[in-house]
Amino acid sequence: MPRPSRLHVPRVPARPGEAPDFSYVSLSPAGAVARPDVNAAPADIENLSVELIRVLDDEHVAVGPWNPHLDVDVLQVALRHMVLTRVFDDRMLRTQRQGKISFYMKSTGEEAVAIAAAMALRPSDMLFPAYRQQGLQFVRGARLVDLMCQLLSNTRDMCKGRQLPVMYHSVPGRIFSISGNLATQFPQAVGWAMAAAIKGEDSVAATWIGEGSSAEADFHHALLFASVYKAPVILNVVNNQWAISTFQGYAGGEQRSFAARGPGYGMPGLRVDGNDFLAVYAATEWAAERARKGAGGSLIELVTYRASAHSTSDDPSRYRPKEDAERWPLGDPVERLKGHLIRLGEWSEEQHAALVGELDAQVVAAWQEATTYGTLTDGPRLDRDLMFEDVFKELPPHLVEQREALRRERS
Amino acid sequence: MAQMNMIQALNSAMDIALGRDPSVVLLGEDIGYFGGVFRVTDGLQRKYGQHRVLDTPIAEGGIIGAAIGMGVNGLRPVAEIQFADYIYPAYDQIVSELARLRYRSAGAYSAPVTIRTPCGGGIRGGQTHSQSPEAIFAHVCGIKLVMPSNPYDAKGLLIAAIEDDDPVLFLEPKRLYNGPFDGDPAKPAVPWSTHPKGEVPEGHYTVPIGKAEIVRPGNDITIVSYGTMVHVAQAAAASLGLDAEVIDVRSFVPLDVDTLVASVKKTGRCLIAHEATRFGGFGAELLATIQERCFWELEAPIERVCGFDTPYPHAFEWEYFPGQARVATALARVMEVR
Repeated sequence: MPRPSRLHVPRVPARPGEAPDFSYVSLSPAGAVARPDVNAAPADIENLSVELIRVLDDEHVAVGPWNPHLDVDVLQVALRHMVLTRVFDDRMLRTQRQGKISFYMKSTGEEAVAIAAAMALRPSDMLFPAYRQQGLQFVRGARLVDLMCQLLSNTRDMCKGRQLPVMYHSVPGRIFSISGNLATQFPQAVGWAMAAAIKGEDSVAATWIGEGSSAEADFHHALLFASVYKAPVILNVVNNQWAISTFQGYAGGEQRSFAARGPGYGMPGLRVDGNDFLAVYAATEWAAERARKGAGGSLIELVTYRASAHSTSDDPSRYRPKEDAERWPLGDPVERLKGHLIRLGEWSEEQHAALVGELDAQVVAAWQEATTYGTLTDGPRLDRDLMFEDVFKELPPHLVEQREALRRERS
Repeated sequence: MAQMNMIQALNSAMDIALGRDPSVVLLGEDIGYFGGVFRVTDGLQRKYGQHRVLDTPIAEGGIIGAAIGMGVNGLRPVAEIQFADYIYPAYDQIVSELARLRYRSAGAYSAPVTIRTPCGGGIRGGQTHSQSPEAIFAHVCGIKLVMPSNPYDAKGLLIAAIEDDDPVLFLEPKRLYNGPFDGDPAKPAVPWSTHPKGEVPEGHYTVPIGKAEIVRPGNDITIVSYGTMVHVAQAAAASLGLDAEVIDVRSFVPLDVDTLVASVKKTGRCLIAHEATRFGGFGAELLATIQERCFWELEAPIERVCGFDTPYPHAFEWEYFPGQARVATALARVMEVR
């Protein structure tokens, strides 16, 4: 008797009250995956989308062909950026809880994703982030005060009060404006890269998306256009397992890896330990070199875990076990890089505690300065005429009329 | 002056833009080697190469998403959406991204993308090749929106759109591609060579975005229209012997309110005609705008003649199309009020 068809519902490994279960995450030992030539044909390296590229082993030693062999001072800078990201996130969460800002999104547990990629790329490369790659801003030299003024929508807000907190941008840092609509940046990054190729420049575009929003059509448009035109682009899927409350199985991660979408479109897909700074760095460096040599784009899946809530409006204890983050098999990215530096004899717990203290003091001082330029609730406030500017390059007559109407209403 | 139909005028506009500015690129489905399903980009890939005139996958969202990225990286993309009916997969990229990029980044980033797309019915296109979606884009803040009704305006407006630093959605009433159309499908087709607006300069010129045109001055009534209906409305007024002032809106956003209001204040009567569906249509915005400013000068209620609030039916195309008879009946009604 043939079985009747039956609707499959993706399995969620553990819910609140159950023991964390990460048996579904397939791992490769650190150093086990071969590093192919950057010009390799996508069909010859499909294994990269199945295995897991790792450099740091459980003893914090860098091993295998993907080891980028970075100088100690580079590693220390990386650790500094990652700790700053974490300290900044923790402080900004607290300001939100105190009602000083309306909203915040932490990147806890995912710091290596943004920091390593930004450090592996050139300053001339263009970045199209989603909303959880604040680390890019730190690597590209953003001032803490400027980021905070955006969070506060105050008189020095780079977005002039028009965007939710964390929707930053940076022109000198070549970081694109973040959209609250998911996935839209993906084909835009490909278009940017196509333009670079049309102009004969050797800059690369890099973009990030969550595994959840990889379900959007924009993701597939991006992969298709990147593949068709061999655009010099790095397409990063940050697989942090959770899209708000929706497990990654619902984005199609149950049957195949997200990295495997790459070979499906005829481009390399690299599945990478996203909590391993060295692995993310090495994979990004490989993809960037490949893109600059005209061999086209790559898809990189960064396997990581969203250790905090989706945003300040979310409560993950309602849909996943509380102990999940600490049981995540790929550990914590800050602890792993710290452990590596200690293992090299180039760092200590004392130095680390001092660094945390120093960066926290910097964040606190920056916050004190930022609030002098106003908060969402306490003056000084932005000029409300700014509401009408930048809809178009020049103010059209109907907006002049509406601006005058608001002025009369408020006078 | 040369004689051009609207297809040739649009082609000439892009030829000039590609020739003058190396940052101009074209992209869209079938536009390159083949020259577009309506031949609007014919010969341009041959002349400017495959890196400036790109054939794309059938993915409107991808086309506009990529065009935005190109615009951010210093290019001036002109994207073709093969039919306006196909534009909806790109709606998020247009509405949430292209139109708002300058605003959300406080001017840090913007993308000067022009989107061309054929619209309107009268070509036996059925409900998926006949739509006029201007209202659902006019409602969006941050994108300019235009529709020419003749070859001269088509070329000048398209060059202006491409040179504009804001995004522009450029709607092409495809029933007018080969000739003016007065709404009577039984009559033999008339070529643009018989129409004064079929005379088009070969070189560079612009028609400013944001300016309506009085295509026929008159005193009895103001007819506000655009696209194909400009020609239908003129024929309808002529059939009644009315001295109508006929205005071609040309630019929805920004809207030339002054020209509309001055005319209605002069005539005291107004009829609005468009092909798109009536409910929530752009005619409602026109009507409200005029009524707010001209109430005390109006001698009769403003009327609208529009498409019915149904999809565009294949079998009943000419019953659906707001042709001369329907416009004339409405004109007579507005004129009757004393």
